[in-house]
Amino acid sequence: MSAIPGLVKGLGVTLKTMLKPAVTVQYPHVKEAPAPRARGVIALKEENCTVCMLCGRSCPDWCIYIEGHKTKAPPRRAGGKPRTVQLVDRFDIDYALCMYCGICVEVCPFDALFWSPEFEYSEPKIADLLHDKDKLGEWFETVPDYVPYEAGSEAKVKKVPR
Amino acid sequence: MTALFALELSYWQETVLKVVGVLAAVLIPAGAFVQLFLFKMVSHLQSRLGPMEAGPHGSLQAIAEVGKFIQKEDIIPERADRFVFKLAPYVVVMTVLLVYLVIPFGPDMYFANLDAGVFYALAVSSVSVIGVLIAGWASANKYSLMGAIRAAGQLIAYELPLVLAVVGVVIQAGTMNLQGIVAIQAQGEIFGWGAIGNPFILTQFVGLFIFMVAIQAELTQTPFDMPIAESELITGYMTEYSGLRFLLFFIAEFAAVGAFGALAATLWLGGWYLPGLDFDANYMNVVGPIILFAKIMLVAFVVFWVRFTYPRLREDQLQAFAWKFLIPLSLINIVATGVLKVVF
Amino acid sequence: MTVTEHERAFITSTLSESRINLEIESDGMTLNLGPQHPATHGTLRIIVKLDGEQIVACEPTMGYMHRGYEKLCEFRTFPQVTTLVNRIDWLSHFANEVPFILAAEQLMGVEAPPRAQYIRTVFFEMARLGNITLFLGEMGLQLGAMTALFYAFRDREHVLNLLEAVTGGRFHPNFDRIGGLKDDLPKGWIDETKAVMKKIRGFCDQMETLVMGNEIFQTRTRGIGVIPKDVALGYGLSGANARASGVDLDLRRDNPDIAMAWKHADFKVWTHPDGDSFARYWVRLQEVRESTHIIEQLLDGIPAGPIMAKVPRIIKVPAGEAYVQTENPLGWMGYYVVSKGDLGPFRVKIRTASFNNVSVLPWVAKGLYVPDIVTVLASLYFILGDIDR
Repeated sequence: MSAIPGLVKGLGVTLKTMLKPAVTVQYPHVKEAPAPRARGVIALKEENCTVCMLCGRSCPDWCIYIEGHKTKAPPRRAGGKPRTVQLVDRFDIDYALCMYCGICVEVCPFDALFWSPEFEYSEPKIADLLHDKDKLGEWFETVPDYVPYEAGSEAKVKKVPR
Repeated sequence: MTALFALELSYWQETVLKVVGVLAAVLIPAGAFVQLFLFKMVSHLQSRLGPMEAGPHGSLQAIAEVGKFIQKEDIIPERADRFVFKLAPYVVVMTVLLVYLVIPFGPDMYFANLDAGVFYALAVSSVSVIGVLIAGWASANKYSLMGAIRAAGQLIAYELPLVLAVVGVVIQAGTMNLQGIVAIQAQGEIFGWGAIGNPFILTQFVGLFIFMVAIQAELTQTPFDMPIAESELITGYMTEYSGLRFLLFFIAEFAAVGAFGALAATLWLGGWYLPGLDFDANYMNVVGPIILFAKIMLVAFVVFWVRFTYPRLREDQLQAFAWKFLIPLSLINIVATGVLKVVF
Repeated sequence: MTVTEHERAFITSTLSESRINLEIESDGMTLNLGPQHPATHGTLRIIVKLDGEQIVACEPTMGYMHRGYEKLCEFRTFPQVTTLVNRIDWLSHFANEVPFILAAEQLMGVEAPPRAQYIRTVFFEMARLGNITLFLGEMGLQLGAMTALFYAFRDREHVLNLLEAVTGGRFHPNFDRIGGLKDDLPKGWIDETKAVMKKIRGFCDQMETLVMGNEIFQTRTRGIGVIPKDVALGYGLSGANARASGVDLDLRRDNPDIAMAWKHADFKVWTHPDGDSFARYWVRLQEVRESTHIIEQLLDGIPAGPIMAKVPRIIKVPAGEAYVQTENPLGWMGYYVVSKGDLGPFRVKIRTASFNNVSVLPWVAKGLYVPDIVTVLASLYFILGDIDR
């Protein structure tokens, strides 16, 4: 076999590839589903957010804009003091700046931010890439459950608070 | 050819028909090669699909490309020699059209039946070198000129193996008339067995190999495409051409694949004849072109297959390959053919 | 910062000399392989002085892609720097994070648990796969065999999909953390990876037949751009470039104290005595095969355990300086991290491999023909982000 010059063997490689079906997936007619952990878009669960500002501070691009206000909520038990809670007024993520690094999702202590594999949200106008609180809440529907781990892992699978 | 349709045409009517016929004979293979080989075959070689949107499975992509080129702006560099700049693409296209004149497509289907058909075809195809040179010169671009000179050097160097390879066939056939060569291959016998005729590929395989390598270089395809794919020359002599003028160069390149493929098919593969069919029948005037077209596609497939598989040679390596390997090999082929022709 | 008289004179003379190179074409021609060029992988400008077809002098001008990484790192916290640092050498994504995280861990006195070390090493090797498979195809492209590039992209896709399944990002995983990794492997990943390793080995065989075994490729690369061993060491070449010149240097084997799992795998360091472009291609091809074996061995022996050491939630790295260098796909990459006890580093100095790899270009280019400089550029294999940061 080594007597066949490399030139001829190279032709064989390309011919064999030509006879096999092509690997192209014809997007947008056919869509491939990305992995569940794929970092497509960030979703917000507004009820869990306490406006602690950890995500906004830890963003390398400073693309999260948060505003909130304090208000009094009814006490947990009857006869108790009213509690002070923070409610979020404005929570915008500017996807024109976002690096999709995931530090905000990781750092949130209250499970308010989640990754979703949705990626088809490009806009003709760059200003429309600023997703506000409601839009981020809509993305929450697309957040998949966390996948189980490989054998030997000590990590526990977290649950997405639906 | 007019006897085919039993028409009585005057000379000028016949000429018009021949002009239209030649244009069709050139553009159809060129378009087919571009669509099939450049778009689809290379895509599948590279494990992808190629154009799929224009027409079903991208079959109308070539027409879309033509439309795109036609509607582009016609830019001529300020310091370019306008007349020569405009003339150059037409020179190259004209030489390809002239080659098609002598190719026989059937027993009566030819545009001109020259006795020195082979000589004429090779001579006329060399004129394209002039077109390349004047394109590079008229572009008023230092790098285009360098590319044109390199291309001219390469094309001239590979003319010799091209011609010498064909000489072997001419010696064996005993005639330079292309229709006669097809007849000899069709009616010849191999040691008395006449079932498949005597296609010259069986005896002149060395000549065919040299011819295929030489046409790869004549068409400036990889591995000999240093003039066009040079990293500092962009597209060499074609750099300053845009729009319809570039399209003409493009058509000329692919039509030349067809022209040389037709020559190879006629000289080595038996031309428009397929063994088992009647040589003189009238229906061969319709079936013949189809057979020849199929053979041209086969030759073109090999040309493009090699083009998309191999890396390219450096200019000096390319010249050394021509002068130190191909030409001596073709001379040995001629000597061997001559000796064997006398012996047998 | 004030400039001394001596320094000012030096800077002025260098600038004026480079201007003369462009304007006066005394004997021979000056060619500008400009910032935008298909042969240079990014915005590298090479000023080449020709005598006919041969190169007399050659000067690479870098800096067109300078993004100010070291300055950026001064104003970011450690997790943010980890995100940024992925993008220095964008093809070997994870491999950029590792030396930085290791330096920070050294300062903190923390070591990642064994499972994290194994997985870190597996991802490091996968970064090597993603990077070098692209090189194998791309060198074919630079020399004219464009088909090889498509095969490279087709088979590299599997590696990127594996990475996406674990980290969520195909190109910039951002997965390393001080003390371990962000998350553990999903179920079924190890079997998928082993299947992909077989595909990568098949791809290497294809490249060996299609590109390396091709006589035209060999004519174009054998004996072109020979870098002898002493010159390679003198210019600080590292990685496959040095190994192709006969220098037997591989930090994976020679630096066993580092908190990674290479010491648990059995692998061979490939060297080649020739030092020409063909040797550089050959060494990288063997390295890809070797990487697949390393990954398989590590995945077979992966220990069970936690993925993260006990570190506080908000990390403040204690004051100190640490320098860690690793055998990245392009060569040696090192981070010199100076910390003053804050949330982020005080100063980070990044030593990248491509900077040194490109600096040998003036030496190598003398006497070459112009087409050969494309071959040499392709075989030296640098990434502009790595040169300029």
